Formats: sequence, C-alpha cells, structure tokens
Amino acid sequence: MSVDPIRLVDGAVAIGGRPVLRGIDLTVPAGQFLALLGANGSGKSTLIRALTGLRPLARGELSLFGTPFDRFHQWYRIGFVPQRTGAASGVPASVREVVAAGRLSRRKLLHPLGAAGRRAVDEAIELVGLTDRAGDGVSTLSGGQQQRVLIARALAGDPELFFLDEPTAGVDLTQQQVLADTLAALKERGATIVLVAHELGPLAPLIDRSVVMRDGRIVYDGYPLAEAAAHAHHHLPGPEDLVPDHAPSVRSPFEGGAQ
Amino acid sequence: MSAAELFSLPFMQRALLAALFTGLAAPAIGTYLVQRRLALMGDGIGHVAVTGVALGLITGWSPTWTAVIVAVLGAVLIEFIRERGHTNGDVALALLFYGGLAGGVLITGLGGQSAARLQQYLFGSITTISIEDVIVTMVLAAVVILVCVGLSPQLFAVAQDPEFARVAGLKVRAYNVLVAVLAAVSVTVAMRTVGLLLVSALMVVPVATSQQLSRTFRTTLAAAMVLGALASVGGLVISAFASYHANVAPGPTIVLLSLAGFVVTWPIGAWLRHRARLAAPFDDEPVGHEVSDEHPHQHGPDCGHVAVPHDDHVDYVHDGHRHAPHGAHYDEH
Repeated sequence: MSVDPIRLVDGAVAIGGRPVLRGIDLTVPAGQFLALLGANGSGKSTLIRALTGLRPLARGELSLFGTPFDRFHQWYRIGFVPQRTGAASGVPASVREVVAAGRLSRRKLLHPLGAAGRRAVDEAIELVGLTDRAGDGVSTLSGGQQQRVLIARALAGDPELFFLDEPTAGVDLTQQQVLADTLAALKERGATIVLVAHELGPLAPLIDRSVVMRDGRIVYDGYPLAEAAAHAHHHLPGPEDLVPDHAPSVRSPFEGGAQ
Repeated sequence: MSAAELFSLPFMQRALLAALFTGLAAPAIGTYLVQRRLALMGDGIGHVAVTGVALGLITGWSPTWTAVIVAVLGAVLIEFIRERGHTNGDVALALLFYGGLAGGVLITGLGGQSAARLQQYLFGSITTISIEDVIVTMVLAAVVILVCVGLSPQLFAVAQDPEFARVAGLKVRAYNVLVAVLAAVSVTVAMRTVGLLLVSALMVVPVATSQQLSRTFRTTLAAAMVLGALASVGGLVISAFASYHANVAPGPTIVLLSLAGFVVTWPIGAWLRHRARLAAPFDDEPVGHEVSDEHPHQHGPDCGHVAVPHDDHVDYVHDGHRHAPHGAHYDEH
C-alpha cells in the first residue's frame, strides 16, 4: 500500500490575519481524481494554494507523500497547473520553452535539458495535441490552447500528483473535451489529480470524489455529486442543499487572483 | 584623421571595449526585466545610483564602487517593495527614485563638487574612461552575461510564472533578488557608457526591438544582446567621427541609434502580427448549411483573399463573410 500523496489534518489558512480556511481535514489516496467545488470565495483556490505551499498554513499538519511539508523537497513528484493568467509575459516565449520550464524540478543548475528531458517535453506537447504549434509563441494561441500548454508544462516533469486550478474557466466546450481526454489519459497512468472547478462539464465522468467548500469549510466530501444524489438516502450527507454551490451562475476569470 | 588613426588611439580602444561589453550585458538583464514588465526598473536603479556616485565624489572613494553598492541596496529594496506592496508598489518605487536623485544632487553640492563632475555620470563620458575602469566594466559585464545566459532556464521560469516556479521547487525570492542585483550591476556598468539617466534605454530598447520579430525567448535574448552591442559600438563610432564637425556626445548617440533600430523594426513586427492574427485558424464549430448568395468569384489558394483554416477545410475571408467551398457553391461560416 503506497502512502497518501496528500494528508492535511486540521488545516487553517489566514490571509492578512483573518482566518479564511478552517478545520480542513483532507486525505487523498494515490490514484484518486478529486474535484474541489464551491462558489466564488468559498476558499477552494486558497485550499489548493495551501496544499502546494503557496499559502502558509496558520495551523494544521500537511504532509505530501508521507513527508511533512517543511521537509518536502521532491518537487518533481508534483505538477501544478495554475489559473491561466491572461496574455503571456512581456517577452515572447514559444510553447516548447514554456513546457520545458516544467522540467526544471528534475534539472540541476547549469545542466542542459538532455535527451530524456527533450523527449519528455515532446511527449507532453504531443499528449495535449499541440505538436504542430510547438515553435509558435504562446501568446498567439487561443485560451483553451494556452491552458493545454500549462498542463503540458506540468506533465513534462513526469509528476505523480497534479493540482489544477480552474482548468476549464473560459475554455469553450470543444476545448474542454480535449482537456477531459488529456486528464483521462493521466488518470489511466495512475496519477493522483486534485482539480478546482466551477463546473465540471465533460470532466464529470472522471471524478472519483467531490469535496464541496463553502465559506472556508468543507461542507460535503464524498461521492461525485450526481452519483451521490442516488446514494443520499444511505449514509452520506444529502447534496440537495449544495446544488447552488455546485453550479453557480456567476463566473469571474479573476476569482482567486486577489485571495 | 583617418579611421585607422582614430582606432589606434588608446582612449578610443578603451571606449570601444567598454561599449561592447556594456552593449552585451545591459540587454541581457533587460530581457528579464521586460519579461516581468519592469522595464522602468533600470531607470529607478539609475536614479538611486546617483546618490552612490555623489557619495563616492564626496568621500574620495571610487564612484563606480559606491554606485555599485548603493544601486544594489536600492535594487534589493525595490524588489522587496515590489514583493510586499501589491497595490501601491509603483508609488513606493517612485518615492525611492526621487529620493535617490535628489540625495545625489544634494550631496554633490554639499561636497563642493561642481555639477559638471556629476554630469559625467548622469550622461556618460565613455572617452574619459581609465584602464582600471575598463577592466572593472569588462569583469562585471562578463559576470552579468554569464549568469543571464547560464541560468536562463531558471530565470525564465521564475519571471514567466513565479507560482509555478515555486511549486517546481525553485527558490523564487533568491532568483528575484539575483535579477535585482544583476540589474543594479548593469546600471553601474553602463553608467560610464551612456550615463545613469539613459542607462535604462540600453537595457530595454534592444529587447523591444528584438521581440518585434522573434517568437521564442531564446532568440529574443540573443538578438537583444547583438542589437545592444551593435548600437553601443556603432553609436560610439558615429559620435567619434561626427565630433570633428560638432559636439556629439556618445551616450545619446548610442541611445538614439538603438531607438532608430526599433523605429525601423516596429512596422515590420506590427505587419507580421497583423497578418498572423488574420490567418489564425477559426476554432468554432461549423454550424448548419447556409448557402451564400450569388457568388461569381472563384476562391482558390491564389485568389488573394485571406485563407483561414477552419476545422477540416479553409474559409475565405472577404467583405465580412467567411466563405467555405462546398461542392459548386460556398457556405457562409
């Protein structure tokens, strides 16, 4: 039995002294595809940032792959796909260059990318279906394609645990299907995936477990919601009152940016 | 005086060496500043370095070294403010800039130094550079170039997406401070060539020029370094020849030559970007089957209308229509 990739006990996050997340207990076993759901401001993006160490914990114990976070250095086991931030940076960068940055977690200082690295970068670009755009500037791609570049970047390091922050935000339905196919391929390989989403769309069939946040707390943790509706009368909390959180009508591309 | 005579003059040789190294180093670090949208940071550091120069003039220490120290302190402080102050970062930076400039002018006056002495540093005086200064310039510039090129994968990733870089295990803050220190060193290196008030131009303008035509970060960096070296050596030579006829300072000549490069390249870049945008594939789903009106024109690869890939076919764009060939007629897409 392998160790749990994520184990957070009694986690809390404070931003500017004000507690935002409280009493978070979350253990994610290897190979699970977990969806973090909730309305704007419910804390789901903050939670994913806490799990990746981008937000310090005000209290609680976080361990990744069985190692307490303070002593965790195996960054190559983690692939992070942040929210897509508008246009790229101030200087042009090709798809291949951005994806190659994902290889840095396995690269020593002043060492070249090497044959294995180049192969991993090519494979990652191929898996997201952008091989013919590899030499093009990232800023010339559409939103959905840029999102796939960020996924390829995380893939290039060959990680076991993926964090995706709103990968479907602002991506049209055809591109969402391409994303879903890519994630299905990752799941097939046995990757553990934690995904923040407003709406699951084509990703819904892949989900093993849903965690719903509201006002900085976990209010539901269990079967994927559509499925949970069928199980509700057995032993799980009913999801009926959570439906508005699951499918909010307001969507903002800036959500989470100011948190 | 002939060209051979001019280049055999020792002060001219020193100036050429200093110009070459400065021209290579300033755009190298400038590329990372532009990537972070901190194009004016060089300017800010330049202002702060004025205080450093004034301290050197008043104490009798080498103004180059006091400028390096004060500029590095200022750059690290700017980086710190940038990291902390999310909202009012630019105001805080502005305060620092003005403080640096005013402090420098005040201290120079207190020390009884003439404004002319300070002006050498404000606007450059590459032809009065000493051998020791050339050596210091070359060594510092070489360090900047080696770090900027050697650590380019890390520096690129940190500037491109700091949060991703942190989750990839990179020490983001250390790299940010490194960039700030390198920028400060470049400013003081370029101080003798183009002067503190124009130093930012040599860091930014070659980058702006090279990114007009490049698609990758690597070519942007390399081309910016080449352009910077051409501009600073070329500007120096032009000003040397022109100075037989008029009083032509090298610093402004270098900057104006660099800007001329941008003016020439920008229309080409704008035209290429416009063309690329027109030809970018449509990624919407083709809908329905709507036959176009009477259409006597025959579209084809050479018909002159913009051909845009769409799904499994090509749409021809003209007069606000997207016409897709379908058998003997065209569909509206």
